[in-house]
Amino acid sequence: MIDHGDWPIIVLTLRAAALSTLFILPPGIALAWLLARRDWPGKSIVETAVALPLVIPPVATGLILLRLFGRHGPLGAFLTGTLGIEIIFTPRAVVLAAAVMSFPLLVRTARVAFAEVPSRLEQIALTLGASPWRVFATITLPLARRGILAGALLAFARALGEFGATILIAGNIPGHTSTIALAIYSLIQLGRDAAALHLLAISLGIAFLAVWASEFFIRSRRP
Amino acid sequence: MILELRDIRLPLPDFTLGLSATLPGPVTGIFGPSGAGKTTLLEIIAGLRRPASGTVTFATRLLDNPARRIYIPAHRRAIGYVPQDAALFPHLSVRANLLYGARRSSSSPTTLTLPAVTGTLDLHPLLDHPIHALSGGEKQRIAIARAILASPALLLLDEPLASLDRALKDRILPYLQRLRTAFGIPILYVSHHLDEIAVLCDHLLVLDRGQCTHIGPVSQLITPIDRPAFALR
Repeated sequence: MIDHGDWPIIVLTLRAAALSTLFILPPGIALAWLLARRDWPGKSIVETAVALPLVIPPVATGLILLRLFGRHGPLGAFLTGTLGIEIIFTPRAVVLAAAVMSFPLLVRTARVAFAEVPSRLEQIALTLGASPWRVFATITLPLARRGILAGALLAFARALGEFGATILIAGNIPGHTSTIALAIYSLIQLGRDAAALHLLAISLGIAFLAVWASEFFIRSRRP
Repeated sequence: MILELRDIRLPLPDFTLGLSATLPGPVTGIFGPSGAGKTTLLEIIAGLRRPASGTVTFATRLLDNPARRIYIPAHRRAIGYVPQDAALFPHLSVRANLLYGARRSSSSPTTLTLPAVTGTLDLHPLLDHPIHALSGGEKQRIAIARAILASPALLLLDEPLASLDRALKDRILPYLQRLRTAFGIPILYVSHHLDEIAVLCDHLLVLDRGQCTHIGPVSQLITPIDRPAFALR
């Protein structure tokens, strides 16, 4: 059973993961297509940079984000000073950390999905008078949709469990920025192991469903 | 149709495609052994590949001229292309495949409507079939109908019978003959079977290792006993 007090934490976590996945979908799909279908200068550098959050310590990614989006950081100064949008230590920071950490998983999975679409079909669609945009919308995207969906679910699952970057730029403010992962950490610190295990079980259940769904879409991809 | 290829050049892994030819039509065969550059030539004409140099002009419209940075993209050429493997869109129904390019055909002759084209190619019974349930011959006929319904000014058929067995070929050949009379669309027909070319084409261009070795009326290049008046290496 889910405790009454756990609901806000679960809702915050699910909402942050869902929002971060929604935000990264358009740029993720665009970048995945560019990596799969086009050759351009600096492609390998962008490819490597996008994969970095997978391999560098999440806390290090958090530090980079703190420097960029902090009040005196180049992006933070603009967002706070010009648009009046605070990022650091707000729920937006939870979404931002989750988005950055899960972006590589979406891009890598979607890139494979785009690469598997036979370019012959796109060429034939062009000879039938379809503009490149129409070809993308009616041929490429539908044929890659299962792979993209699998990537989005994987990104969502990764976002659910994000900890290192989140704790640095969002803090661990109960009811405000405290996600399941952060709440488990707090509960262990306070010696409330039973409550921590309870949240762990919930976290495992949600993550299992997301990863299972992702695997389902990867496996059922058209040949 | 007058398709003019002037000093076309494109380096390929084994040889350089290089030819000049004027193809008067209405149905021109392109004959040559496998790997002679036939498909590459069609892809250049369709706008799917760019030549390194040379010009492609169709009915006075300049389509390619790299020296003057002229390149009309494939979707603006109105040149239909049916590849060897039919390349039907697997996620669309037969009907949706057929109508994919038909949007721009509102001003086209009434002969190029879905009922007319499916009638000519005997496709009515297949309209609601899923793509994966079709035979090779059915797929080819649908691919040809799909290209025709986009009202092309020129139709490129790249060995449409190559993957079919003899019996199926004999069944599809009459459909291709019907295309000539029913729709009046100029056709470039690629094949490495002279019998198909003798039946379908008026003119013939022989391609070998990227070079045009012979060009002329089929009646002059293929003798009545179906023996070519030329030899390939």
